[in-house]
Amino acid sequence: MGIEGIGARVARKEDKRFITGAGRYVDDMVVPGMKHAAFVRSPYAHAQIRKIDVKAAQAMPGVIAVLTGKELKADGIGNLICGWMIHSKDGSPMKMGAWSPLAVDKVRYVGDAVAIVVADTKGQARDAAEAVEVTYKELKAVADVTEAVRKGAPQIHPEAEGNLIFDWEIGNAKETEAAFKKAAHVVKMDVINNRLVPNAMEPRAALGHYDKAEDHYTCWTTSQNPHVARLVMSAFYNVAPENKLRVIAPDVGGGFGSKIYIYPEELVCLWASKKSGVPVKWVADRSESFLCDAHGRDHVTHAEMAFDENHKILGFKVETMANLGAYMSLFSSATPTYLYATLLSGQYDIPAIHGNVKAIYTNTAPVDAYRGAGRPEAAFLVERMMEVSARQFGISPAELRRKNFITSFPHQTPVIMNYDAGDFAASLDAAMKEADYAGFAKRKAEAAKRGKLRGIGMSCYIEACGIAPSAAVGSLGAGVGLWESAEVRVNAVGTIEVLTGSHSHGQGHETTFAQLVAERLSVPLDSISIVHGDTDKVQMGMGTYGSRSGAVGMSAISKALDKVEAKAKKIAAHLMEADEGDIVIENGALKVAGTDKSVPWFQVALAAYTAHNLPGGMEPGLKETAFYDPSNFTFPAGCYICEVEIDPDTGVTEIVQFVAADDFGNIINPMIVEGQVHGGIAQGIGQALLEGAHYDPDSGQLLTASYMDYTMPRAADLPSFKVSTSNTPSPSNPLGMKGCGEAGAIGSPPAVINAITDAIGTEDLTMPATPQKVWAAIRSATKH
Amino acid sequence: MYSVNYHRASSVADAAKLIKKGDAKFLSGGMTLIPAMKTRLAAPSDLVDLNHIAELKGIKVSGKTVTIGAATTHYEVATDEKLKKVCPAIAELAGLIGDVAVRYRGTIGGSIANNDPAADYPAALMALDATVVTNKRQIPAEKFFKGLFETALKDDEIVTAVTFTAPPKAAYQKFPNPASRYAITGVFVTKGKDGVRVAVTGAGDNGVFRSKEIEAALAKKFDAAALDGVKVPSANMMTDMHASADYRANLVLVMAKRAVTAANAGA
Repeated sequence: MGIEGIGARVARKEDKRFITGAGRYVDDMVVPGMKHAAFVRSPYAHAQIRKIDVKAAQAMPGVIAVLTGKELKADGIGNLICGWMIHSKDGSPMKMGAWSPLAVDKVRYVGDAVAIVVADTKGQARDAAEAVEVTYKELKAVADVTEAVRKGAPQIHPEAEGNLIFDWEIGNAKETEAAFKKAAHVVKMDVINNRLVPNAMEPRAALGHYDKAEDHYTCWTTSQNPHVARLVMSAFYNVAPENKLRVIAPDVGGGFGSKIYIYPEELVCLWASKKSGVPVKWVADRSESFLCDAHGRDHVTHAEMAFDENHKILGFKVETMANLGAYMSLFSSATPTYLYATLLSGQYDIPAIHGNVKAIYTNTAPVDAYRGAGRPEAAFLVERMMEVSARQFGISPAELRRKNFITSFPHQTPVIMNYDAGDFAASLDAAMKEADYAGFAKRKAEAAKRGKLRGIGMSCYIEACGIAPSAAVGSLGAGVGLWESAEVRVNAVGTIEVLTGSHSHGQGHETTFAQLVAERLSVPLDSISIVHGDTDKVQMGMGTYGSRSGAVGMSAISKALDKVEAKAKKIAAHLMEADEGDIVIENGALKVAGTDKSVPWFQVALAAYTAHNLPGGMEPGLKETAFYDPSNFTFPAGCYICEVEIDPDTGVTEIVQFVAADDFGNIINPMIVEGQVHGGIAQGIGQALLEGAHYDPDSGQLLTASYMDYTMPRAADLPSFKVSTSNTPSPSNPLGMKGCGEAGAIGSPPAVINAITDAIGTEDLTMPATPQKVWAAIRSATKH
Repeated sequence: MYSVNYHRASSVADAAKLIKKGDAKFLSGGMTLIPAMKTRLAAPSDLVDLNHIAELKGIKVSGKTVTIGAATTHYEVATDEKLKKVCPAIAELAGLIGDVAVRYRGTIGGSIANNDPAADYPAALMALDATVVTNKRQIPAEKFFKGLFETALKDDEIVTAVTFTAPPKAAYQKFPNPASRYAITGVFVTKGKDGVRVAVTGAGDNGVFRSKEIEAALAKKFDAAALDGVKVPSANMMTDMHASADYRANLVLVMAKRAVTAANAGA
């Protein structure tokens, strides 16, 4: 099975339908009688709703229903929730403002949904949405966190005084203060982590269908976790009990975190279907995606690091303000706390850390997890700090890191995480060798002759994946467990269906999950199907985010395979009159080790279902279920090195070399892993050089609301990446996997900015480092 | 998009008649108008399609005289072999507009009639001292472009062609907006028998303009070194989130230097 099993570069099974345009997305779904929805959205960032007049809209051609928040409330539909409770350092629970799926008396960001129109065609729905007359009283808006916490700033929710949601801390303040008192050097810096728009290729969409005869709802939606969507819509939003609500997430064209959350639209489409008596479909246009998808990042941080006279780190102090936007999205409270500050130790042995995070409301789109989710913010901060410190000390950035690396495992950090395995020096060595770090000075001199500023920067990132041990996250405030489920069904003819609670929206699970089964059961890849994304087919599962589907999702499959194998061996032993312990699985058959006796796999399966000749007392059938709850997070880590050349006349940065040396633990399909790293680095370079969401500070209008102004990375913006792995298996799951989906986006931004600041000789540069900013930084550096 | 009445004009005269219907607009390549209609920012009652009028299409080169029909696409300008021989600079400019799909649909007539302050063609026409030919008259480029999205065109006036004499030396250098790929600053320089002309697009706060400072310096010597120390004022430059007036003023000089070097190399 070497060519199709673990470690093989198998071409993705799902790509045939994707690249031939035969994928089935929510917008491809058609239900008899289906109608189309458009949302009326707030043009203001902050306003009171005085009156909503729907009469004119109701009279428009093709209109079936115009529904508002008042009717939604009257039907008992609940407010949107945040599923992770954070307590402030004074012990008080986070101050969550109400988020009505359709705004009732106030709108809080541009794009806030106010009403839904259902009509025969999409065009008619839009026409009628424009005819809904909403009388607003505009209020002062605030888009920036530093402004939102000032005295006299507009108050966004009555529940959160001064717009402060929580003031949370981690680590030990006293020990950290004591460490700073002993310090020989203290390095201080201010860091902004720029706000990003996720930009999945497929915009969000929902099709709600209420079946009156069955009193049953079906929701097709662009979700990374359909079971969680069903749970939340049943338990909190009062749409319907779980047995009367089926959620289907078919092919989904990218998520990057933005499709984890349950948004107003899918909920309102379900409710509107019952209310209007027709199935209701809504598909976001790109403008709605920009305005209303949960954005990512948006941190403002001050940090100080204390070192002894030998440049060993003594302590780290971090104060962060996190912009959560106008409403608390589903996991918004976890992202800037337990997914961020728990990684402030980086790859380093830091005796004392104290982190303080203030979460703040602003009149902007909600902010939640986006590829990396908190970990890119931590890596950017720690790795900028290490580079800047090394420069201040006049020592090599690699040596400063090496001197402070954690070298023995397990390692308990002062910020909760217990690193189970890793070899940070191995990744650093591999990256420096591949990048010819030693030859940089020569390349820099050569570039100078051409009038170019050449710089090199590195980043030694670590992240926590394999999310997550349920009891541990429960104790930290999570409202759900983060295990995963799997069912392995062997059919009577030996073909196999795997039902997984993970959800693939680009990751290639149909291939990698099948490779695991092919390896274990020694059957052809083509005989294995992966089923996911439908709550009526698949047992409860937790979905895909946080690079968890390999480490957690496949571990569940592995556990189910253990059970299938054990039963199959019992049957084979019985059929061959051999000892169960002597049975091995090889080349599509179950064999008695050391003999030529064997039964083909399909015969064992058939025997299980005919049940004519099974061991005494054995139940017929060959199908097993497993739930896997990880014992720890996993800790992918690595070293990225970026080399740039800058044109001082224009400020244009060209990435001339990008090296990634990662430790992902065991790997199922190296080609898919490389693809994940390539995509992640592209997004990371996007954040570092190109992407940034900008709101007008006064009006709260999103200025970068289309591709005319928001720069997505394109092939021509990126170099060819040199990627490699040097892997230490994770001891925390049966497959030794760590996860690779977010690493590229986490590790790359600090490497890029470290390289640019090395080239231009000033640290005063924010992301995205656009040509204008780099040019201005060079000018202000040379003026001094 | 709102519903709209579509008319396919068979001739320029037919188009001039059709435009009198309601709140009609001419449709050429549609690379600006159609997206604006799709996002409901533009809502004409009628569209008069100019793309199927034979007399508006094609490129004629006779000696140094070039005539480009208004409905000629950017792709056709970028790849026309005769044009590339006499005036490679304008072919290269056309190859820098938008992306492949835009170049395949967008037209020179549509671009100049729209007069986006960050479009590329206005700089070329101004620097080439081109003449815009309409169904009513001939307009020198310098009189044709009037500020942001404004031209000398009357409501029922249709650009039919652009004509110019290819100069011995010409080049265009563009600094694209990283998102939209429109020009943050584009500089077209020419050196012909009547002297040096330098036109700048993307940078000015009132659309395309000629840089007198750069023209004066290059008139003395047509060489990038002649621009060392030249001060380009930032007073009338545009400031937006992508580029400040200072940065644009800097880019005007940098792009001008590069254009001069390219023009000398190409001659």
